[in-house]
Amino acid sequence: MFQGHDIACDRGERRIFSGLDFQIAPGQALVLRGPNGCGKTSLLRMAATLLKTAAGQLTWDGADIAEDPEEHRARLHYVAHQDAVKSALTVRENIATWSKIRGSADARIDTAMAAFGIAHLADTPAQYLSAGQHRRAALARLIASPATLWLLDEPTVSLDADGTACLQQAIMDHRADKGMVMAATHIELGLDDVEILQLKPQ
Amino acid sequence: MAVITRDLHLAVRQGGATFLALVFFLLTVTLFPLGIGPEPAILARVAPGVLWVAALLAAMLSLDRLFQADFEDGSLEQLTLSGLPLGGIVLAKIIAHWLTTGLPLLLAAPILAVLLNMNTEGFAALLLTMLIGTPALSLIGAIGAALTLTVRRGGVLLSLLVLPLYIPVLIFGVSAIDAAVHGLNAKPHVLLLAALTLAAIPLCPWAAAAAVKLSLE
Repeated sequence: MFQGHDIACDRGERRIFSGLDFQIAPGQALVLRGPNGCGKTSLLRMAATLLKTAAGQLTWDGADIAEDPEEHRARLHYVAHQDAVKSALTVRENIATWSKIRGSADARIDTAMAAFGIAHLADTPAQYLSAGQHRRAALARLIASPATLWLLDEPTVSLDADGTACLQQAIMDHRADKGMVMAATHIELGLDDVEILQLKPQ
Repeated sequence: MAVITRDLHLAVRQGGATFLALVFFLLTVTLFPLGIGPEPAILARVAPGVLWVAALLAAMLSLDRLFQADFEDGSLEQLTLSGLPLGGIVLAKIIAHWLTTGLPLLLAAPILAVLLNMNTEGFAALLLTMLIGTPALSLIGAIGAALTLTVRRGGVLLSLLVLPLYIPVLIFGVSAIDAAVHGLNAKPHVLLLAALTLAAIPLCPWAAAAAVKLSLE
């Protein structure tokens, strides 16, 4: 169970949001909604321990995540605006590098590429990929090294309909596997039974 | 560690940084005979200083790529989130930086020393001080590179931050070679240089990690 209690966020001198509560149980998905600048990315970065909370507490099974950030980081994936895909490496090498750093088995790399429909690009250097293929390579990391909590920041940007369908399938499988998802997105991901967290600008 | 292999792999694939540092080192050193004249005695006198200053500048030249490329494409963020301690990741990147710049510079130095007509007594000291001193350049430089991550055109600021901190390394590196060339005991200088590097090993990755963390907020 991943929970937030009374969370507030400051950027610069400005209070972005305050008094925010949420909880995600295993198998659940939480979708963040709200206009630009309302703090969706900030909340995701807080959940990823990249940003400090101005007030409130984030807990995992009751324990504050700030107490052992490394342990929390090991159980999450954060898909950010930037893809972290190196253009000098091939698609397979890109995914394999992150698998190795996260210490997961190589066997899942092919599964991951197949899940996002980029298996045929495995040996193509990433510099020749389109923006959508780039994104797919970044998303394939979700499958290549397993993690319980997926934090997705506008994951469908530059994806086509097929890519979005791949992502939907991946999220459904992840949830069926007791995984948790927290996503900021403008478009309907076509997921059923999701919690919506509406952020309001202050 | 996986991060070191990753950085080495990237360096080999991209190739540019090592080559650039080496060519810079070579060119700077060859400028000196042209500038101060081919008098062997004068060249031999200035050789240790020229070699160290050129190596120091060459190492600094490649520093801005240490974290910048990974910062821009989001890899640094992903590395931070990999579950490994950030200090360890930073140390791994520093080691990879040394292997791709410090080590090639160290290997090129004796050849250039011949070019500058340095006394043969100084060769062992040159190699030894470069071996001990160049890791300190990568370590100290990492702090500067991490601090200037969010600064636009941080390169100039980086040199202003890092160069003053390089002075002790330069002083002890050069004085050890000078001592050896003049038949004196180089050991105290070498030991002081080693002390600098040893102090930098725990301190610099820690400080650079804190700076990286700050720049990601």
